[in-house]
Amino acid sequence: MASADTEVSGGRRPRPLSPHLSIYRPIVTMVMSIMHRVTGMMNVAGLLLVLFYLLALAAGPEAFATANGIYGSWLGRIVLVAFTWSLIHHAVGGIRHFIWDTGHMLGEERYALSWMTVTISILVTTVLWALIVVLEAV
Amino acid sequence: MRHPLRQTGHAQQFETPLKRIRGLGTAREGTEHFIRQRLTGLANAILVVVLAVIGIALSGKTYPEAVEMVGSVWVAVPLALAFISVAIHMKLGVQVVIEDYIQNEGARVLLSLLNTFFAVAVAAAALFAIVRIMLAALAAGA
Repeated sequence: MASADTEVSGGRRPRPLSPHLSIYRPIVTMVMSIMHRVTGMMNVAGLLLVLFYLLALAAGPEAFATANGIYGSWLGRIVLVAFTWSLIHHAVGGIRHFIWDTGHMLGEERYALSWMTVTISILVTTVLWALIVVLEAV
Repeated sequence: MRHPLRQTGHAQQFETPLKRIRGLGTAREGTEHFIRQRLTGLANAILVVVLAVIGIALSGKTYPEAVEMVGSVWVAVPLALAFISVAIHMKLGVQVVIEDYIQNEGARVLLSLLNTFFAVAVAAAALFAIVRIMLAALAAGA
């Protein structure tokens, strides 16, 4: 009895599709969910940076000096700051998911909790890098 | 957490509480990925704090200082644990992304395999580097 729904004039009507990203107004919980995945992928690249640094340290003084030169350059610093933020954002997002896993804060406060992911990650990144800059200046 | 169908269907009558609490469906698994992702996530959250302190302390260090620091047990062991935990977490996370976005089955299977190999290779390379740094620290101390 489903023929009226699924078939038009002999051919099959395309199956209905869910509305996708282009239709939705961005909601902070949705954006943070996407950012969690994006930062997770960024962290893969960041992990390789940590790995290369360790391998350089294991390889000897010359390789370590080269790695320090690359990571200490302006471009290197920008990438490291981006990685720091990405890592912290993913960690804070993970803690948010732990809270939600326990069934807490799923009501209206979920929006505030999601906003906290951005603010805390930016705040902690700033504090950490300020600390590094200060320690290097001393 | 019960499936809505179970509340109305007859399956509920034949399901023992033990079977339900084990959470095993016909696939005999399903919660493993979820639980392991959270277990490693929790470990990562703790270890990343430790690593942040190490990372900040490392900035501006000379080669002998860096080797001595990373080669010490108090840094090398958390670092090795972090890489193992992160590698597992990474494998699970990237696996979900591959499953979500790669439509072609052959490509999906191939990428899933490569993803597993990649995670193991990252962990192995890190452990190799850490052991070598520890040996260098030992040699420098002797």
